[in-house]
Amino acid sequence: MMKQQDVILKVENVSKQYRLGVVGTGTISHDLNRFLAKVTGKEDPYLKIGESNDRSTKGTSEYVWALKDIDFEVKRGEILGIIGKNGAGKSTLLKILSKVTGPTTGCIKYNGRIASLLEVGTGFHPEMTGRENIFLNGAILGMTKKEISRKLDEIIEFSGCERYVDTPAKRYSSGMKVRLAFAVAAFLEPDILVVDEVLAVGDAEFQKKAIGKMQNISSQAGRTVLFVSHDMGAIQSLCSRLMVLQNGQIFFKGGVSEGIDSYLISRKKRLQISKYEDSKLKLRYLNFYKNDKVINVFKVFESVKIKGGFKYLNDLPNDIKIELFVVDNYGQRISAISSWLSCISFSPKSKKINFEVTLTNGFSIKSGNYYLDILIYDFKKSYFENVLTFELLNDYKYGYIEDIEPRHHGRVYTPNVWKIN
Amino acid sequence: MKKEKWLFNISPKNNTFNLNLKEVWQYRDLLFLFVKRDVITLYKQTILGPLWYLIQPLFTSVIFTLVFNNVAGIKTGGIPPFLFNLAGITTWNYFKECLVATSDTFKKNEQIFGKVYFPRIIMPMSIIISNLLKFAIQLFILICFYLYYVFFTNSVIRPSEFLFLFPLLIVFMGMLGLGLGMIISSMVTKYRDLTFLVSFGIQLLMYISLVVIPLSLFQKKGVEWLVMYNPMGYIIEMARFLLLNQGNVSKFGIAYTVIFSVLCLLFGTVIFNKTEKTFIDTI
Repeated sequence: MMKQQDVILKVENVSKQYRLGVVGTGTISHDLNRFLAKVTGKEDPYLKIGESNDRSTKGTSEYVWALKDIDFEVKRGEILGIIGKNGAGKSTLLKILSKVTGPTTGCIKYNGRIASLLEVGTGFHPEMTGRENIFLNGAILGMTKKEISRKLDEIIEFSGCERYVDTPAKRYSSGMKVRLAFAVAAFLEPDILVVDEVLAVGDAEFQKKAIGKMQNISSQAGRTVLFVSHDMGAIQSLCSRLMVLQNGQIFFKGGVSEGIDSYLISRKKRLQISKYEDSKLKLRYLNFYKNDKVINVFKVFESVKIKGGFKYLNDLPNDIKIELFVVDNYGQRISAISSWLSCISFSPKSKKINFEVTLTNGFSIKSGNYYLDILIYDFKKSYFENVLTFELLNDYKYGYIEDIEPRHHGRVYTPNVWKIN
Repeated sequence: MKKEKWLFNISPKNNTFNLNLKEVWQYRDLLFLFVKRDVITLYKQTILGPLWYLIQPLFTSVIFTLVFNNVAGIKTGGIPPFLFNLAGITTWNYFKECLVATSDTFKKNEQIFGKVYFPRIIMPMSIIISNLLKFAIQLFILICFYLYYVFFTNSVIRPSEFLFLFPLLIVFMGMLGLGLGMIISSMVTKYRDLTFLVSFGIQLLMYISLVVIPLSLFQKKGVEWLVMYNPMGYIIEMARFLLLNQGNVSKFGIAYTVIFSVLCLLFGTVIFNKTEKTFIDTI
């Protein structure tokens, strides 16, 4: 189809500058300087300064570029995923796209209606019923009353909140609000739908429904979706193209799997060694490796190596054992990698010790974020918590097309091959 | 290649005088729904409900009558002082409510404005319209007392033959409240100090807006300049003239009020439109 190839949204050199710190006594003087420059026909004195937006390093300037020279196009019917670390500029970009705030420089051209689903329940009035809120929310998103009335039944049905539709929204659970809000936006039929991580709130069933609806919107109705998420699984299954933002700039633009890989590499963190030291020894390094590259995001079942090193400060013990614990977000130990359980013991000859463990089949636990604790013991225990964080992604191989849901499926992936006659 | 034809464009600067009225028209249903929301949710979970809007002007009028007319002895020229005050307060209240509520627009709706775009001006417009309901309730009580004084006392009061112009007066009052409110709300996004100024400034403004003290007294004391340039003063005086056929309405007053309100609304809309693009960064 020719129509599929239309460029529907074109972002040209968009930048956004923010002023850090508080708006206070300096504001008037800066405003006056700006005004003077404008009157005398000079360039805005504060537009020139500013640094890229790296959250963790302390900058020298009061002004930062939350976005710098963002340049991309989206075609009709495409689902563009946008990923990046916290503070990379994703939300700022979406805010500019949805006209909540203006860009500092550059421009955006588009054909059709942009609707954003930035956050859930915005514009829901707690005292009004679900039905009244559907109308209000729809109108806020730009629908006319007639359009909403026409789609009202579908919206209510999709949200799955029929029973509560005449109850004030304050009695709703947060999940129900998400459902209702998403339902309204999904039936809005915008030409470009902007979705920002709203799906994190709904339950698994609804997330699936919402993702299906988004796919539907783009493939059947030929609409464009811009989808921001931290959920690599959803990105992978939904998007046709990916853009990675880093410190307000485009780091990668292109295919989904290459994009995710480049993002993961950019995310590797260096271990802060100084923290991991006690009276007996000092941890030198501990990392996951894949093909001799440090990684900390990898897939379920993916074979990785853990390499680490530590140094004894005083005496050498006769015999040491090393245990690594995989701990989840709730502090629960999920698994152990133990030299003791594997009946390996070692008598050190020098103060510096290096070790290497190969996880032949990788981890087969639920995708998500985990921590690695390390325990080194000889005559006394040295225990260091949360030395390393890593993220496991679903692999979609071995018969798992979706993330497992711990409530229903447990936490362990079991590789399987089926044959049914 | 027709690719370079774009329907919409977002860029840092737009024309100052591009008021996007077409867009406001497209969102007219939203305006209606906001008004409906305000009306429905106004009395939810209050015991006295709409009665609050009767209690407030009535008690204020009683106190004002006692203090200004009985104690301070201000003459209201043949009109029962209570009715004089009630008429002034009812009219004043509409302006006050409009101004106070709209001057808060950006701050109060930060949440929703930060998430989704619609012409921001819909918000203050809906406030002006939904306040009409409160005004109507208060006007109703004024009419009740009016009829009481006409039929059960021997005071000679009658409305002016120009009473039909009263709705027009409300329109100008709404314009003034909306305009000033939008100017203030635009500036509040950067300078919060203004919120304090509004809350006590409106109190002071009331005393020089002829709500309790008639114009004739200002003239007698030679401090006419205090009220000369206050459009609200003229509006209250005109309201009293239309309702009670008392007071002096000058051609200058009418012209001044009309021009001031229109300019105020225009200026307010322009500055409001300018602010809506970036306020979310400064608020």
